[in-house]
Amino acid sequence: MAKILIVAEHDGSALNPSTSKCVSCAAAIDNAEIDVVVLAASTADIAAQAAEIGSVSRVITIERAENKDALAAVLAPQIAAVAEGYTHVFGPSTTFGRDLMPHVAALLGVNQVSDIMSVEGSHTFRRPVYAGNAIVTVEAPQGNIVVATVRVASWEASPGGNTAAVEEGDVSVDLPSHTRYVGLESETSDRPDLQTAARVVAGGRALGSSEKFELINKLADALGAGVGASRAAVDAGFCANDMQVGQTGKIIAPDLYIAIGISGAIQHVTGIKDAGTIVAINKDEEAPIFEIADIGLVADLFDAVPALTEALG
Amino acid sequence: MDKIIVGLKRVVDYNVRVQVKSDGSGVETDGVKMSINPFDEIALEEALRIKERGEASEVIAVSIGSTEAQQQLRTGLAMGADRAILVQADGDIDPLSIARTFQHLAEKENAGLVLLGKQAIDGDNNQIPQMLSASWGRPQATFASGVEINGNTARVVREVDAGLETIEVDLPAVISVDLRLNEARYVKLPDIMKAKKKPLDVVALAELGIEAGPQIKELSYAPPEERQRGIMVDDTAALVAVLKDKGLV
Repeated sequence: MAKILIVAEHDGSALNPSTSKCVSCAAAIDNAEIDVVVLAASTADIAAQAAEIGSVSRVITIERAENKDALAAVLAPQIAAVAEGYTHVFGPSTTFGRDLMPHVAALLGVNQVSDIMSVEGSHTFRRPVYAGNAIVTVEAPQGNIVVATVRVASWEASPGGNTAAVEEGDVSVDLPSHTRYVGLESETSDRPDLQTAARVVAGGRALGSSEKFELINKLADALGAGVGASRAAVDAGFCANDMQVGQTGKIIAPDLYIAIGISGAIQHVTGIKDAGTIVAINKDEEAPIFEIADIGLVADLFDAVPALTEALG
Repeated sequence: MDKIIVGLKRVVDYNVRVQVKSDGSGVETDGVKMSINPFDEIALEEALRIKERGEASEVIAVSIGSTEAQQQLRTGLAMGADRAILVQADGDIDPLSIARTFQHLAEKENAGLVLLGKQAIDGDNNQIPQMLSASWGRPQATFASGVEINGNTARVVREVDAGLETIEVDLPAVISVDLRLNEARYVKLPDIMKAKKKPLDVVALAELGIEAGPQIKELSYAPPEERQRGIMVDDTAALVAVLKDKGLV
């Protein structure tokens, strides 16, 4: 039997949907007993949300003042201690999990399976490499604990409605003080979160400036969509870094993705492969984005986007 | 700070469209252009800038892998690294072994900073810097888009899903770099000539006594499921009609 521990991601009060997707991945393993561990300065609210996730047996809380901010070097030793007796430890392939889980793996003396796309067996998984140009099937050694990140875009959220038991974890480990949280600079917006939005409108280099990028925002607002961007648009300073979609940014799977003025480099496309419907608007009919788009429109975005906003608003 | 160690991995060039071998044993690398992993190039650039500001005395470029990786180390030397070390080993080396090798070198060289790319664009694992932090027992600051050295500490701006996070770490530390940290310099011909005279030591991984991690076996490679080319529409009105028809808006 598999005994799987999921590391919950949260912002101090709300559970991130990535946690529920990790549970779905864990539930794809036969005979899995799934626990979620919540590390926070105040765990009650977050644990209550985690307890609702279907397939979860127990929620374990580790409440310490040091867990206020998600510092990998602080969280990892506690997770490694709780992980004893488990066959698997999973975290999400968000920046939270990517930062944390390899540290946990090294403390446990194992290599990590990064970005699980599908489960083929208790120790066999498929994962993307080379920016998604190849999919490799890997097998983790049977005798060791499996530490992995879950490619959240590959998994649906686990259904809710559960009432799992919540228990306090018993962990006494020394925590390092060599790493200190200073602050977070975050653009607040009322738009849906890029990683979980059902619809996403994304802009590329062709927008030309941050002022013109407003066109993307307006269309997104007309659709109730999240906003994304290509690396080129972020590098050029048209929008914030956390909007980057692709190999080194966010991997997303909205129902509808509208790529505007994005040429469609493989590094970008790998971030949207799991989208339901991809719409591309580009002036260049040779743009590679049209090779993977479900609906393509060759047009000047400065004409097409306002017209689309008008029609859909 | 005395020394900075920078990792340079030899990978299939960023612009190559990788093909899976027909027998599923891996990807085609014969005759394919190889380069320094782009993230590692940014790491080296940052190390050079720190040294040029007088905040470090020496930049050591390290590659762990095949003999051919000397090409990438020579490029690193031409960019401005003072010396290079190739830890030579054939075949795939597991990430934990690589992290432990960096730890070995960091301790031996008494490095104040190890700067690494956040991930290599071949395996896309994104784990060695974090593993090094764990095994070395030193701080990690991953996905850096800003690095400021202040004596015995570093202030690092990190690109995270929620925005830009700032943390402070005591040195020595491991920093993994993201794309927007800097733009790596171009190598000039005289620098390539000069780099030929810089020291490049080769040591065998087997001689370092590094304990290998439990291997994750690669069973088979397959090409990804391709999305099919869809339909083209003539204008925005037609686009809106199709979207409405599909119930997407």
